[in-house]
Amino acid sequence: MAAVIALTGDWDLAEECAQDAFARALERWPADGVPRSPGAWLTTTARNRALDRVRRAANERRKLREVAVLAPVEAPTEPPDDGAVPDDRLRLIFTCCHPALPLPSRVALTLRTLTGLSTAQIARAFLVPEGTMGQRLTRAKSKIRHAGIPFRVPPRDQLPERTSAVLAVLYLLFNAGYAPTATERPEAAEQDPTSPGGQARTGPITPHATPPASGPDAPTGPNPTAPAGPRTHDRTDGTYGTNGTDADSGREQRRVAAEAIRLARLLVALLPDEPEARGLLALMLLHEARAAARTDAAGDLVPLDEQDRTAWDRDLIAEGLSMVEDALLARRPGPYQIQAAIAACHAGAATADATDWRQIALLYRELARMAPSPVVELNRAVAVSMAEGPAAALPLVDALAAGGELAGYHLLPATRADLLRRLGDRTGAAAAYREAIALAPTPAERRFLGRRLAEVGGTAAGRDR
Amino acid sequence: MKYLLLICGEGDGFGDATPEELDATAWVEETTRRGVRLLGNRIHPAEDATTVRVKDGAPLITDGPYAETKEQICGFDVIDCADLDEAIEIAAKHPVARFGMVEVRPFWTEE
Repeated sequence: MAAVIALTGDWDLAEECAQDAFARALERWPADGVPRSPGAWLTTTARNRALDRVRRAANERRKLREVAVLAPVEAPTEPPDDGAVPDDRLRLIFTCCHPALPLPSRVALTLRTLTGLSTAQIARAFLVPEGTMGQRLTRAKSKIRHAGIPFRVPPRDQLPERTSAVLAVLYLLFNAGYAPTATERPEAAEQDPTSPGGQARTGPITPHATPPASGPDAPTGPNPTAPAGPRTHDRTDGTYGTNGTDADSGREQRRVAAEAIRLARLLVALLPDEPEARGLLALMLLHEARAAARTDAAGDLVPLDEQDRTAWDRDLIAEGLSMVEDALLARRPGPYQIQAAIAACHAGAATADATDWRQIALLYRELARMAPSPVVELNRAVAVSMAEGPAAALPLVDALAAGGELAGYHLLPATRADLLRRLGDRTGAAAAYREAIALAPTPAERRFLGRRLAEVGGTAAGRDR
Repeated sequence: MKYLLLICGEGDGFGDATPEELDATAWVEETTRRGVRLLGNRIHPAEDATTVRVKDGAPLITDGPYAETKEQICGFDVIDCADLDEAIEIAAKHPVARFGMVEVRPFWTEE
């Protein structure tokens, strides 16, 4: 699709031609065999279709000028590979993330044009009706056309200011693909409040807090209660499911994650002086490294401290760790670098017990300073409880509860319950577990919290007193 | 592409900005020299506006602007440039952008 936009500048035409190309593939491939380079075949087919359409339109409407412009690229060419030349998809991302577009549109447009997600799926992810999402996408595309938003990577002097929005979108793409099933988000899993011996909440605080995209083009900031933007992906109520079976959607999501990493690599190559791009890539790699250990045989999520660390991908961890170090050498820390450093603390620990929680607590404090958010603060409280004990963390959690910003967020009472349990307050813990169970968005989490509740002698109905 | 730049202030003026700081002469010279700016002018404030509607075939004349808004248009420019990024760059260089705002509106074109 990006190739056709590059060619014609027409987003609707590009969408149609991409669909045509897939339809022709379904017709032809079973008979003719799958081409050696399916991606290139699709791109070429879509381009040729677009050229046909534009040429016909030109004949009809005498738009000869456009044909003249298009003529030189008529010969089918292989799509450019990753390398020094930014590819069409990167151009597309910068256009989709243009600050002249509203933030929710930037995210939706990027998902629609750079992943296989349908408008209906994106609408479900954003918890808005499909018609609303369709209009949002249509408006965004028409603004690109009418306002003359260019289809290109911004010139070097504008790159930094355009980068933070791109990073936020890439991270969102990665998270969309990172979930091991269609119904759960990564951190909801690994932040599992129910893990034995305390929490194993890992670094990234998303999706509940979006990566803080600083600057004037990111007005909503990393506030999980803010209305618009990627964080609406967070509630894992199963509505994010894709078509077909879980295996289908799982495959599709793996593809999205791989694409996000690919684009992040490209961004690092394009922005060698931007440590946050490296930070984001490192963060992705360190999470990707745990992919195999994150689910058990039944497909249930495995909390970080129970994961089989021998199943972690050592190569990805090594690459991620060196990427964080590279980024931090620039001495311009940012939220992604800090989150990557937290992920590195986990990835570098040979066992869960060897985790350097003191360092993680310090990193969360730094993250909270750069990008204040109640979810970051909750993660910090967990780290403090692991480093200094539950008594030190309880006031932090109580302050958050008093603040009210996390009302309705099950991990707040779940964390509190766990601290109380570790402090020996079984009655208080049971009450907090029940509160958490009532709020927990997935059956798996409710089951786990229920087991915890039973351990402290409570029952779901509250007849333990 | 052609864009209309609406040079706007909020409320009565531009805070503490001095006339020198708001002087767009250099901007006008620069953008005209580049061939980007086609025309433009300052305009009088809304209190000097007259609004014309035609009702039942007869002009209905009212004093003042058609809408009460906090923003006051105090000038306009028509620019012709490559794309929105260039329009934004030019708008950002206008001295009023530092004290008020510049609205960038693309010209309607037949598809």
